[in-house]
Amino acid sequence: MPDQDDKYRVGLDIGGTFTDVVLEGAGSRLTTKVLTTLDDPSLGCMKGLDEVLAEGGISPDDIGVIIHGTTLATNAIIERKGATTSLVTTDGFRDTIEMGTEGRPEQYDINIVKPEPLVPRRRRFTVPERLNARGEALVPLTEDSLETLLPALDAANTESVAVAFVHAYVNPVHEIMVRDYIRSRRPDWSISISSEVSPEFREFERFSTTCANAYVQPGMARYLEKFESRLKEAGYGGPLLLMLSSGGLTTVETARKFPVRLVESGPAGGAIFAGEIAKSNNMDKVMSFDMGGTTAKICLVDGGRAQSSRRFEVARVYRFRKDSGIPLRIPVIEMVEIGAGGGSIAWMDELGRISVGPQSAGSSPGPACYGQGATEPTITDANLLLGAIDPDNFAGGKLKLDGQAAASAIEKTIGIPMNVPPADAAFGITETVCENMASAARVHAIESGKNVDDRTLIAFGGGAPLHACRLAEKLGISKILIPRNAGVGSAVGFLRAPVSYEVVRTFYQQMESFEAGPVNHALKEMQDEAEGYVRLGGGPASGLDVRRQAYMRYCGQGHDIVVDVPDGVFGKDAGNTLKDLFDERYAEVFGRNMKGIVDAEVVAWSVTVSTAPRPDDVAAGDFSSASGPKPECRKAFDPVTLGLIDHAVYVRDELPPDTEVTGPAIIVEDETSTLVGSSFSARIVSNGAIELSRQAR
Amino acid sequence: MGQFDEIRYQLIWNRLISAIEEQAQVVIHAAFSQSVRECGDLSAGVFNRRGQMVAQAVTGTPGHVNSMAICVEHFLAKFPIDGMKPGDVFVTNDPWLSVGHYHDVTVVTPAFHKGRAVGLLANTCHIVDMGGLGFGPDARQCFEEGVNIPIMHLAREGVVNEDLMGLLRTNVRNPIDMEGDFYAMMACNDDGARRLVGMLEEFEIDDIEEVGDYIIDQSRKSIVNAIRKLPNGDYPHSVELDGFDEPIRIQAKLTIADEHIHIDYEGSSPASTYGINLVHNFTLAYTTFGVNCIIGPNIPCNAGSIEPITVSAPEGGILNAVRPMPVSARHVIGQMLPDVVFGCLAPVIPDRVPAEGAGAMWNPMLRGGPTGVAPEVIASADELSEDYDVIMFNTGGTGGRPTMDGLSTTAFPSGVRTPPVEAVETCFPLVIWRKELRERSGGAGKFRGGLGQTIEIGGEAGTPFSVAAMFDRTWNAPRGRFGGMDGAKGEVRLKSGPELESKGRQSVPYGDRLILELPGGGGYGDPRDRDRQAVVDDVLDGLITAEDAESDYGIDVDVSKTTG
Repeated sequence: MPDQDDKYRVGLDIGGTFTDVVLEGAGSRLTTKVLTTLDDPSLGCMKGLDEVLAEGGISPDDIGVIIHGTTLATNAIIERKGATTSLVTTDGFRDTIEMGTEGRPEQYDINIVKPEPLVPRRRRFTVPERLNARGEALVPLTEDSLETLLPALDAANTESVAVAFVHAYVNPVHEIMVRDYIRSRRPDWSISISSEVSPEFREFERFSTTCANAYVQPGMARYLEKFESRLKEAGYGGPLLLMLSSGGLTTVETARKFPVRLVESGPAGGAIFAGEIAKSNNMDKVMSFDMGGTTAKICLVDGGRAQSSRRFEVARVYRFRKDSGIPLRIPVIEMVEIGAGGGSIAWMDELGRISVGPQSAGSSPGPACYGQGATEPTITDANLLLGAIDPDNFAGGKLKLDGQAAASAIEKTIGIPMNVPPADAAFGITETVCENMASAARVHAIESGKNVDDRTLIAFGGGAPLHACRLAEKLGISKILIPRNAGVGSAVGFLRAPVSYEVVRTFYQQMESFEAGPVNHALKEMQDEAEGYVRLGGGPASGLDVRRQAYMRYCGQGHDIVVDVPDGVFGKDAGNTLKDLFDERYAEVFGRNMKGIVDAEVVAWSVTVSTAPRPDDVAAGDFSSASGPKPECRKAFDPVTLGLIDHAVYVRDELPPDTEVTGPAIIVEDETSTLVGSSFSARIVSNGAIELSRQAR
Repeated sequence: MGQFDEIRYQLIWNRLISAIEEQAQVVIHAAFSQSVRECGDLSAGVFNRRGQMVAQAVTGTPGHVNSMAICVEHFLAKFPIDGMKPGDVFVTNDPWLSVGHYHDVTVVTPAFHKGRAVGLLANTCHIVDMGGLGFGPDARQCFEEGVNIPIMHLAREGVVNEDLMGLLRTNVRNPIDMEGDFYAMMACNDDGARRLVGMLEEFEIDDIEEVGDYIIDQSRKSIVNAIRKLPNGDYPHSVELDGFDEPIRIQAKLTIADEHIHIDYEGSSPASTYGINLVHNFTLAYTTFGVNCIIGPNIPCNAGSIEPITVSAPEGGILNAVRPMPVSARHVIGQMLPDVVFGCLAPVIPDRVPAEGAGAMWNPMLRGGPTGVAPEVIASADELSEDYDVIMFNTGGTGGRPTMDGLSTTAFPSGVRTPPVEAVETCFPLVIWRKELRERSGGAGKFRGGLGQTIEIGGEAGTPFSVAAMFDRTWNAPRGRFGGMDGAKGEVRLKSGPELESKGRQSVPYGDRLILELPGGGGYGDPRDRDRQAVVDDVLDGLITAEDAESDYGIDVDVSKTTG
């Protein structure tokens, strides 16, 4: 898009409550937040666009690309507002998506609940067909069986069809036959086939992903069509790109085909945001920490690149527990998300221990201190009581907070049962939530074979800057960065994202009998496919970044680890090279390897093609008229000395680069506040970020 | 203790639970056996210097955890903690000292801090093959069931015990998987030890003795409080099970006495002459699990939460077998014990106790190839596969619950999961033709029992195989409660028609298939009280027929007038 380079770019993030709009160009950045309009989300988008354009005096033809991320697909699944979807599957596997792993998310509770499948049994149909593990037809599919299928689909009021057969990841021929048959007779229906949506083995996850794609497809297609036409009407001429859960960008066309890849695209923007900040500050090892109203997201970023994964669980129904949601096998940015946001509710468990979340007070009734009648204490209430939040200056002063309501909620729920004063109870709440986040971060790191204590913490989202120092102390982290525009970090991240597409394919190869020819052929095909999508998204014809990875394990193991595959065409001894790379990586993850004892195998390959990401070129701001900081003073709780002590309070916009602030202090801005712990000192760096360093004790 | 100490102790407690969960994830990711990596047949825990369990992983299966909780003391009795050295790792699979059969191997590793052993990490995994006859109930003595590893070093100061590994390699069917799993178990404990020591450094404490006492004490108090709320008394209950060659009766008397619950199994059947007997550890494990589920499901499991519950069973009986009685398939009976406990507690707290469920998982141990099936079956086969051994874990329905339907095809009380069909077929020459809900198997009730499943398995290209059957509830259906109806009984047969025995190794001839019909859970409460729409939905989803709706629930569902 060379002709787009001198135009303004827009990042647009639709969340459950707010739609964030960020506009960048000519070295400046404008942001706004408007309410999400759930009935027709494109209306909220247009309103936000109008606001930033008016503020900047910019017309729609000055706008180049619009990059869009959204939780709409996620919310459709969580709230069960998707299309009437039918599943066509292999005879004998009608209930795979309902039976799942047959496990329980918690051992001792007999009253656990499991997720309702997206497609109820009455709309799950089977046809006689069967492939074996090598993709050979044990039972060939015949057109006769499809003739009886069609009336059944009609009777089920089908709007969207998922087709998912056993072993279709090896051979898609039967799925394609069903798709073509239905498409030619029912052209209005959406059709998703598992060999395209998620061509990987493990039937429960693949079937479930295919159903999720089918379930959200008609709604997302309608929304995207409407938004595109509104943009056109209003005179926007630039391309519209969609943020993917993998952190890449894609076209409206691809998003329509695989909308399930948009799940969690908002948080993915946050991870990109952190990645770009890491790169521009030359930080090799980073942990991003994004804390909003309902959840906190933690993601590891190495060399400016967020970790990726191929599995994600959406709509967890039992205490946010693993294995209580709908599994999706899609490329995602690997992150851990826990029920720890400003609105998370604190309570006492039956052992008299403080617990926080996952229930959230949301925006209505909200925390007790909002004064909307809530009586359950939240993290925001605790922060208010501890002096971390200024009751008269919350959200830029738009909302006055009621300290008394916060105190009595905390006293009633925690203070009295534990027989401690409210401030101590409030400290117990924030400590518990920080500890929960630290535990989640640690488990997440071990699952990836990484350390946390040598990382820089990049904190953004409304709640993160308040808890960053304490979290860092718990994790042994000594450096934190609070970027500019932390409150709308995800939407800023969209503007940094590369146009990118990842193709994953299951294709076994044992290292001792490695066949270079077929592997080279498959990788070439995958690269061509990915490049095709990137070009559709406006990527250039050459100079694309290609990343190849192999998912490897020892023969006989069931879980694989990711190994970066060297560039170039594989030759004769590629098997040995890959085996060595795998042994090395395995020892990094698990401490010992089984080199020489057993052969290794590749289970799946992935090829990711992307354009170079866009650097942040927005200037730090103008401080020429600033008269220097004049801090006020406020008592706030210090977790190190366990008491209320004086904190200097600074306004972030009044702090020019190179200003140094020694903790304990609070740096306030409209969207959030940064709590500088007593063991930290802060410095404003040249690009406007706040850098916090832990002082040696 | 000051208030901040208490908050600090709570944080350490949470940290220990998360550290131990990390430990469990390590073994899942590094393991070779399908039972561990796909199915989660494992457990992990951290123990204080005295061998008391302080915390356990969320992931895992109760039979392991609660048995392991007792077994670490045996390690300490043989190897006192102050004689242990960094890099030492200990192991056993002795059924009577640990988890009740040879397949469950327990590995214990001391953690060192400031030159002193500060605690022990332990984990137990189900290894698919440990020699002998293989997993199944056919043995008459435990000596036929596999190799016994007395408590000994698996590694001395970091060097793996090659004598032991060499012995094992020549005694098992798949030495690479076995060795890989042993390595994974060592890696798992090493990780737990690193986390434990890191935590001690951060919180600036020397060991977990004091905080461990706090944790155990709090948990004990919570269970005791829960017991105090129950009326004192003796509550008997009995359950009939299929057994191997003759029916088994489990007779229990649960006594609530102030702060204590005791379950006595006097009157239960004598030991079976086949391998479905339980060692005392395993009986204790599933009995306390059953009690804890009902009276304190949110109280973390550790030495304190187990202690107020005691169990006795006549020595030499099916629930307290003695060497050399065979024990391999002990889960078939053991996983029924929570149902026995629920039956005792039902009159005491009717609003908290579910109906009976399928109970024991249905885990066919399948063996193919020239040495895997009977000679007459080989003679009549056109084709044979290579030798293989594979286990598949499968579940029936759980009982209807006081406020909700039972769960269809869900493990209870086991914590194990089913492997993906595509994973099994990729590794073994089998075709799983059907794995689907078994219609009409959930017992009718105000809250319906969960459904079982139907499984149909054939050898690839029709090749013959044998199955070590260890299934129960084929004669004795899961019973409904408070007016709920029974769930469907299980069935085992060949596709060609003949019924098979529910226990013991039998062949599936060339071209035939094995069909398993797993039991559904019993219903809870009178079916006539069931919500009308729930009945209509069950008919529309084909879980029951319109005739069932009329006969069991008294509801006339006209399917033609109802749309989905």
